[in-house]
Amino acid sequence: MNLTLRIWRQRTADAAGAMTSYEVSGISEDMSFLEMLDHLNEELILAGDEPVAFDHDCREGICGACGMVINGQAHGPERTTTCQLHMRHFADGDTVDVEPWRAAAFPVVKDLVVDRSAFDRVIGSGGYVSVPTGSAPEAHATPVPKPVADLAFEHAECIGCGACVAACPNGSAMLFTSAKVVHLNALPQGAPERESRVLGMVGAMDAEGFGGCTNTGECATACPKGIPLQSIATMNREFLRASLRGGRGA
Amino acid sequence: MVLASGSMALATRTERTPSLIGSVWRSTVGKKAVMAVTGVIMLAYLVAHMLGNLKVFFGAGEFNHYGAWIRTIGEPFLHHKWFLWIARVVLGSAVVLHGVAAFQLSRRDLAARPAKYAHARRRASYATRTMRWGGVILALFIVWHILDLTTLTVNPNAEEGRPYENLVASFDRPPVTALYIVAMLALGLHIRHGFWSAAQTLGANSPRRDRLFKVLANALALLLTCGFIAVPVGVMTGVVS
Amino acid sequence: MDTTLNDTLDNSPDGTGEYHRYRVGAPVADTKAPDGPIAERWDRRRFEAKLVNPANRRKQTVIVVGTGLAGGAAGATLAEQGYRVVQFCYQDSPRRAHSIAAQGGINAAKNYRNDGDSVHRLFYDTVKGGDFRARESNVHRLAQVSVEIIDQCVAQGVPFAREYGGLLDTRSFGGVQVSRTFYARGQTGQQLLLGAYQALSRQIDAGNVEMHARTEMLDLIVVDGRARGIVARDLITGAVGTYLADAVVLASGGYGNVFYLSTNAKNSNATAAWRAHRRGAYFANPCFTQIHPTCIPRSGDHQSKLTLMSESLRNDGRIWVPKAKGDTRPPASIPEDERDYYLERIYPSFGNLVPRDIASRAAKNVCDEGRGVGPGGQGVYLDFADAITRLGREAVEAKYGNLFEMYERITAEDPYRVPMRIYPAIHYTMGGLWVDYDLQTTLPGLFAIGEANFSDHGANRLGASALMQGLADGYFVLPSTINDFLARHPHDAVPGDHPAVAEAVAEVTDRLRRLLAVDGDRTPDSFHRELGELLWDECGMARTDAGLRKALDRIPALREEFWRRVKVPGTGAELNQSLEKANRIVDYLELAELMCLDALHRTESCGGHFREESRTPEGEAARKDDEFSYAAAWEFTGTGSAPVLHKEDLRFAYVHPTQRSYA
Repeated sequence: MNLTLRIWRQRTADAAGAMTSYEVSGISEDMSFLEMLDHLNEELILAGDEPVAFDHDCREGICGACGMVINGQAHGPERTTTCQLHMRHFADGDTVDVEPWRAAAFPVVKDLVVDRSAFDRVIGSGGYVSVPTGSAPEAHATPVPKPVADLAFEHAECIGCGACVAACPNGSAMLFTSAKVVHLNALPQGAPERESRVLGMVGAMDAEGFGGCTNTGECATACPKGIPLQSIATMNREFLRASLRGGRGA
Repeated sequence: MVLASGSMALATRTERTPSLIGSVWRSTVGKKAVMAVTGVIMLAYLVAHMLGNLKVFFGAGEFNHYGAWIRTIGEPFLHHKWFLWIARVVLGSAVVLHGVAAFQLSRRDLAARPAKYAHARRRASYATRTMRWGGVILALFIVWHILDLTTLTVNPNAEEGRPYENLVASFDRPPVTALYIVAMLALGLHIRHGFWSAAQTLGANSPRRDRLFKVLANALALLLTCGFIAVPVGVMTGVVS
Repeated sequence: MDTTLNDTLDNSPDGTGEYHRYRVGAPVADTKAPDGPIAERWDRRRFEAKLVNPANRRKQTVIVVGTGLAGGAAGATLAEQGYRVVQFCYQDSPRRAHSIAAQGGINAAKNYRNDGDSVHRLFYDTVKGGDFRARESNVHRLAQVSVEIIDQCVAQGVPFAREYGGLLDTRSFGGVQVSRTFYARGQTGQQLLLGAYQALSRQIDAGNVEMHARTEMLDLIVVDGRARGIVARDLITGAVGTYLADAVVLASGGYGNVFYLSTNAKNSNATAAWRAHRRGAYFANPCFTQIHPTCIPRSGDHQSKLTLMSESLRNDGRIWVPKAKGDTRPPASIPEDERDYYLERIYPSFGNLVPRDIASRAAKNVCDEGRGVGPGGQGVYLDFADAITRLGREAVEAKYGNLFEMYERITAEDPYRVPMRIYPAIHYTMGGLWVDYDLQTTLPGLFAIGEANFSDHGANRLGASALMQGLADGYFVLPSTINDFLARHPHDAVPGDHPAVAEAVAEVTDRLRRLLAVDGDRTPDSFHRELGELLWDECGMARTDAGLRKALDRIPALREEFWRRVKVPGTGAELNQSLEKANRIVDYLELAELMCLDALHRTESCGGHFREESRTPEGEAARKDDEFSYAAAWEFTGTGSAPVLHKEDLRFAYVHPTQRSYA
């Protein structure tokens, strides 16, 4: 299979970037999208060019490192991570546009690599349970109803890839933030910090320069882990509740 | 000393003690909630407004009587027209808050996504994508609408105290009717996304209730658009004259 | 004392045979584990360890390299205790370490099922599962601590699977007879890692941990025989910086990626551990690598990594290959009597459920015979047709739906209709830096935790034990034992211009400069692939004397070729992923040699190390306890020069060695 790739090339954070075309031949339909880029990079290196920089690590769809906007869609046409997208979903002769995540809070570092450290700071602002090692009670001391545990799990599945922010026309991190708020606020272990958590995380999210939610639903459509859009409603409720109570605690 | 140092290491952020209004208005989530609440207030008003409008099909007497009655609501507890003015103040504040919040959030949202994708792709539904411009159109329409049928400034044939006749006179002008119908279609789209969005913003939505809110939003949008458009259509077809 | 192992002096034509020698040095022994009953040792050690006054902890800096289960847990816990922690990861966020990809679960001796489990049984199973090549004291402590891990993780909000009564669910795993594995669907590693990451994030936000993401450790700074810091490169700016501390903890994971194709994350690497080894820390049992039998086979030369499929598939799938060599008919048109259900044939009592190493080797054997299926003949069928007929499609879907989906996404084949193709792959390394009971390496002040150390798993790790060990080390063991070191050693700052610091920086920058200067005609990956294929063939599932000698001849030549022909574009002063790769390959090219040497010297078969020459009459792995009941700790003496072997004798006072049999 042969493809024309148009890839965003940008040498450093401050440099101007541009879409650059590459003709890539000899692509197997069994390749993952990242393997196709590996293939291109091998050719670029031998030709004396700079290979395309992109983030990736586990290549099994769980670490959340990879992510690029392919033909205008975060992670491309399939609902999965870029590393799990295979070339059989493209046709011979296609032109494919590859761009980095775009958001003010995710500045481009180089080519397709962006800085997502804002997510870490959002988590650091309340996305935890304060339980220093050694202070935990016996695990069975607090039974958790299965539906509650399942709800928490479904939201804990978030891999922090940033596709939600990339897909959102407002560069909003509401889906990411709500996934953690719902995960921890649903559990009895998270209850004592229920209010400070949501206030802290929403505050950090705003401070990082993410946009607000206009309920377009693009985030949930792009999410490779299927975090539901309604998590945002739950976070809004938690936020309003905490605000009305003045963040006094549970 | 020892204890203090030990506990310092464990302490993380200190509790915030924000003022309710300040913290809500400052945050994107809170500001959006203000938009949702004001939106719901305006929506409730629109339902009443539309039902009142439909009285036009029962003749000038009934419609004009209804117009006069509105001014007497709350009497004798409230003075004449007090209720009307209270409603106007509430609605005016809602419009202003809704607009200011929308403006500030929009500016923020645009700044949060400074670079566009080279590969443009149609996103979200039409109703969702037109919220901003739809809102601006509606704001301009409200100004026109008040000048036309409340202050009668732009309705040359109008007379104070005769709402039925003023309405017919206004809709006898085809461009006005066209403008009105376009605005009501914009209103329908705005409500279609806005009502569900308010449910989401105020945290009333959940995966279970999502469908319900979407159906309700569509029903409300359809009902209000049809209800409002029925009046100029009635004038145009001569059912109301 | 020093002897030369003559029989490995070989015959390679270019004189590189020098490398095949090693010398035997003084034995090494753990001196930290107290004597006395094994169940009391951990308590006693914690009591005897000196403590650091809480008021003084803030003045002590501990460097932690890596943010996986072990590193994340250690960083958070040390910061909670009041130490100043400076932590590093090469990923863009501490949430991404490869612990995140662990699927199955985590073992703990909670005995919630009342099925006869106990700390002692978990200890026993782990020592036996490790084929009697682990240290009893350490393994017992691991079993003891396992119980606290579950409490800690639950309190953090880790959403483990639960029963309808609200209590934690467990399952049995890896052929163990008790149900002691806690899990969170197929994403246990992810959930545990996020728990540790969140605890760490809290400490970062509080200013107790100084986090350096996208920063890779490239060397260890040793001052007066004590580890005092690291040299690390900022992967964005390329700046090489030095970080000094009172102790250094390596939690940098295993070295499975030396094989190029493994189930490890693409960027997982051995550099931190290997650099520490070069600076004096012994590297133990490098040939103990684990191969997982059920991975998706490679689909072509473009393959960049391998993906593991849960072992549970073997509960209902039947493994077969065609009886005839080179039979390329589609599986459906191969009649029943022309199929060889080889595991059921060779191991009638265990059938498809034989342990990992046996299933892996059997698959390799049939493929070597030319009966493998799929591209390149490197695969065997895992067939669910019988299960679907017997249980119905719905039941199979309920059990394995997500795995079938994952398989179909990768291969575009529907496993409900066409049998899956599977092949073994490298996925864990039991070997690593040698550590004592305190998890301290042979370099004072340098600690190694998680997969980076030579671990409690001996020659073979049991399923669901990697997560347990990583968290045990990070949350409970290291934070207790490191106190003792810090309390006993003077707290004095190393001047930034100390010659040892300058020397380490110069070495790192020189190496990067040389890599960029070669400007050859081969990509870094091409060398990595070639090395990986060589290792997989000669030091993979089955090893032979001749094959290992061949590899030991080839590796130095490949290393020489690498330094002559590698092409690394760009500069060192920017984000340069080719430079990162090339720099890691330099270390793989040295580590690979030690792995082969270790495999060559250990002429027994044990656990993940199978020597064709050492088999039982039935053809199974045969241990030689008289000769090899030791951990092999290697001392570095220079690239390509003979390393020194230090043996740690293993004594088994509680679990007595037996030979495994599955026929």
